[in-house]
Amino acid sequence: MRIRNSLVIAAMLGLTVGAGRVTLQTPAQPPPPSARQGPPPTAPTPAPATTPPGGGRQGRGQAVFPQQQRPPGDPAVIERGKTIYAVTCSACHGVDARGGQLGGPNLLRSQLVLADQDGELIVPVIQSGRPDKGMPPMPINPADGRAVAIFLHSLLAAAGRQGSPPPTDAPPPNVVVGDAAAGQTFFAAKCTACHSATGDLQGIATRVPDGKTLQNIWVSGGVAAGRGGRGGRGRGSSAAVPSVTVALPSGEKVEGQLRRLDDFIVTLVQADGTERSFRREGDRPKIDVRDPLQGHRDLLGVLTDKNMHDVTAYLVTLK
Amino acid sequence: MRLRKLLVIAPVVLMPMVLSGQGKGVAPADLLKPLADSWPTYSGDYSGKRYSALKLINKSTVKNLTLAWVARLTDGPGGPGGRPVIVGGEGTGEFVGGGGDTIKGSALVVDGTIYISTPDNAWALDARDGHERWHFYWKTRGGTHVGNRGLGMWNNYLYMETPDNYLVSLEAKTGKERWHKVIADFNLQYFSTTAPVIVDNHVLVGTGNDLDSPGFLQSFDAETGDLRWKFYTVPMNPGDPGLDTWPSLDAARHGGAQPWLPGAYDPETRLYIIGTGNPTPAYTPGRGEGDNLFTCSLVAVHVDTGKMAWYFQTSPHDMHDWDSAQTPILIDGVINGRKRKLVSTAARNGYFFTLDRVTGEHIVTSKYGLATNWVKEVAKNGSLRRNPDKDPTVGGALVSPTAGGTINWEPPAYNPDTGLFYVSERNGYTLFYLTETDPRGSMGLGGVEQVGVGSAGSYLTAIDYKTGKIVWRRPYPGGANGGGGGLLTTAGGLVFAGDAGGNIVAYDATSGSPLWHSHIGNVTAPPQTYMLDGRQYLLVAIGDTYYAFTLY
Repeated sequence: MRIRNSLVIAAMLGLTVGAGRVTLQTPAQPPPPSARQGPPPTAPTPAPATTPPGGGRQGRGQAVFPQQQRPPGDPAVIERGKTIYAVTCSACHGVDARGGQLGGPNLLRSQLVLADQDGELIVPVIQSGRPDKGMPPMPINPADGRAVAIFLHSLLAAAGRQGSPPPTDAPPPNVVVGDAAAGQTFFAAKCTACHSATGDLQGIATRVPDGKTLQNIWVSGGVAAGRGGRGGRGRGSSAAVPSVTVALPSGEKVEGQLRRLDDFIVTLVQADGTERSFRREGDRPKIDVRDPLQGHRDLLGVLTDKNMHDVTAYLVTLK
Repeated sequence: MRLRKLLVIAPVVLMPMVLSGQGKGVAPADLLKPLADSWPTYSGDYSGKRYSALKLINKSTVKNLTLAWVARLTDGPGGPGGRPVIVGGEGTGEFVGGGGDTIKGSALVVDGTIYISTPDNAWALDARDGHERWHFYWKTRGGTHVGNRGLGMWNNYLYMETPDNYLVSLEAKTGKERWHKVIADFNLQYFSTTAPVIVDNHVLVGTGNDLDSPGFLQSFDAETGDLRWKFYTVPMNPGDPGLDTWPSLDAARHGGAQPWLPGAYDPETRLYIIGTGNPTPAYTPGRGEGDNLFTCSLVAVHVDTGKMAWYFQTSPHDMHDWDSAQTPILIDGVINGRKRKLVSTAARNGYFFTLDRVTGEHIVTSKYGLATNWVKEVAKNGSLRRNPDKDPTVGGALVSPTAGGTINWEPPAYNPDTGLFYVSERNGYTLFYLTETDPRGSMGLGGVEQVGVGSAGSYLTAIDYKTGKIVWRRPYPGGANGGGGGLLTTAGGLVFAGDAGGNIVAYDATSGSPLWHSHIGNVTAPPQTYMLDGRQYLLVAIGDTYYAFTLY
């Protein structure tokens, strides 16, 4: 697919793109002139792309909530509690305490479990049951009941950030779900103007063996970022940077890699590594930005999930 | 005769100055006035418009706007050699939450003083030169320190929420604590970030939570801090309205819907209209196929009773963490030739809504996020029906907007002179991978991996509230996340916004053309304006630093 990857900024950017479709992006902006930048304002609770081990922590590795702040329980008690739980509780509440097929609720988000400190709330419920909700009383001595509570607290202590459950050993699901033959057809129709299975993409699946990573790279054009990245080029990305030509009133044309562009200034880096910047006044000077990723960005608006999964299934065959 | 007239006028003109010298604070009746010289509540006034009647800074004069002062805040408990810090809090001092160095809220500007907060910190600054009058620091127990949206003020008292779920009341003149009250159970992993809003002597308080706990809005007595009412945003008991949109009472009671931003208040109906957050678990199964009321909704709550008058759900059965907590805007407008009392909101999910704010009757649903691709259809009642194919999938669903949304917490603005609703619009794309395939679903915001893969650009967008039509889009060139911090509009015919390139920009409110800018960094809070000593100031936050501009 060879989408015309030249975007002429003739007038004010908004006018140029007419219907309001702006696809131009500059590489990571240089740091603004503030000594201490906070992170960009974002979601109330920005998440990592994946839950880091030992989650529930933030900043300087600190435990954020009480369940992670408490001193860890005695390992022997936790182990005993785990065994008792497996026998007494897991049929209804699930082996991981996140709810079971017999209708027992998820205990890791139970307000009673969360509020419990040392079994004082949990043990009476085990012993008395909740007849109104179908939970029978369980004959258990206080020490065993407390061990179950300590075990549950150990699970909560390992919980991830933003309420996510403790990590498990289960392998992540395979994201390669598409039809490779259909993907090859799509690739031939839409991608071969710029890419070739025997050229730049030869052995791509060997170089990028993980299907998810491969999909992230090809969909984004190599600039995929975790959450937080709102689709900008990732920091330190080697992905192609737009080039720009600035046509000065004198007739001189200055070319280079685009470093920064706003309504007021355009900054570029010339081939010799020196930087130049120019003040913008409306449509002057004339600026021509060529973004090598324009094709990928345009694709985002039209790519179906099926097409995407199919192409990924095809690309993983390019060993 | 001429002299006599002057004498009559003089006291009227001089009165505000005299009063400001007295340190009168914010009387509840002051909050009923349109926004002008001071900034006494989160949005400036109750309407959420962020429209200031000030116009010394206007389309003609804005080019002469120049720096008046800079003030950098130092968060934390202070130390030897530093300025004195008033320290409160129930923590041991070991937990340092972070986030205290970034202003992500609105200041109050009252009696020549700027009151601003960040997580665990509050300051009073002289509005004439930015110097610090006092600094209060809260030793926290923990909690998610993502931001603080600002303070509430009632007479000479301030109110702040803390990440470890206290409502703290301070003496405005000294920064000394009056009392603090628990507003949510820290054990249940609530955390509190929003700005309290004062109505009469109600302190209206929302909180946040990511671990499958119910949302609620509360009213506390401004004098005593006693709880007056608590309104749950999800069904909590058998027979509660909305329960049939959940698979079980247990699911509803873990359903989220946190109201984590301030709402807007209509004094005529005494309804406080506030947006609610996402359902939990956010991205995975576990809450049936129903709409999950009253998550991702606008709800109107009577301030005297805490009872809901009406609701409208802007994101039924949300699957992408697209809270609808955004502060709505009250507009008195004309629809089909009839005067209507309206409320409009631009939701995180890329859609714009206008409702009748007395009844909740739906009037407009429209898409303002250019790239937004998750809706299957707009139902007759204006409700959105999602395309389930765009829920997170194992193979990845390519979705716009990102989980961060077309807009997030950053407030929009409305200018009655142009009739335009302004909002920053971001068109990022994210691959949503379902990583938790257990049919029970995940918990909280778990079970999904998100990868940003590009953007169709970000804009300052002007919307006709009557139709939802986009009147213009002004690109924030060079970035996917322009408009950080939110917007301000004025009777001077201007809209102020931070662009994507580290500029604070004054745009023509009619055309969107940039008229003035200053490259001071990425704007982190909504620009604000106030009048002091006959000058109009523009107040802009960049991280830990305030920049004040004026005309000389």
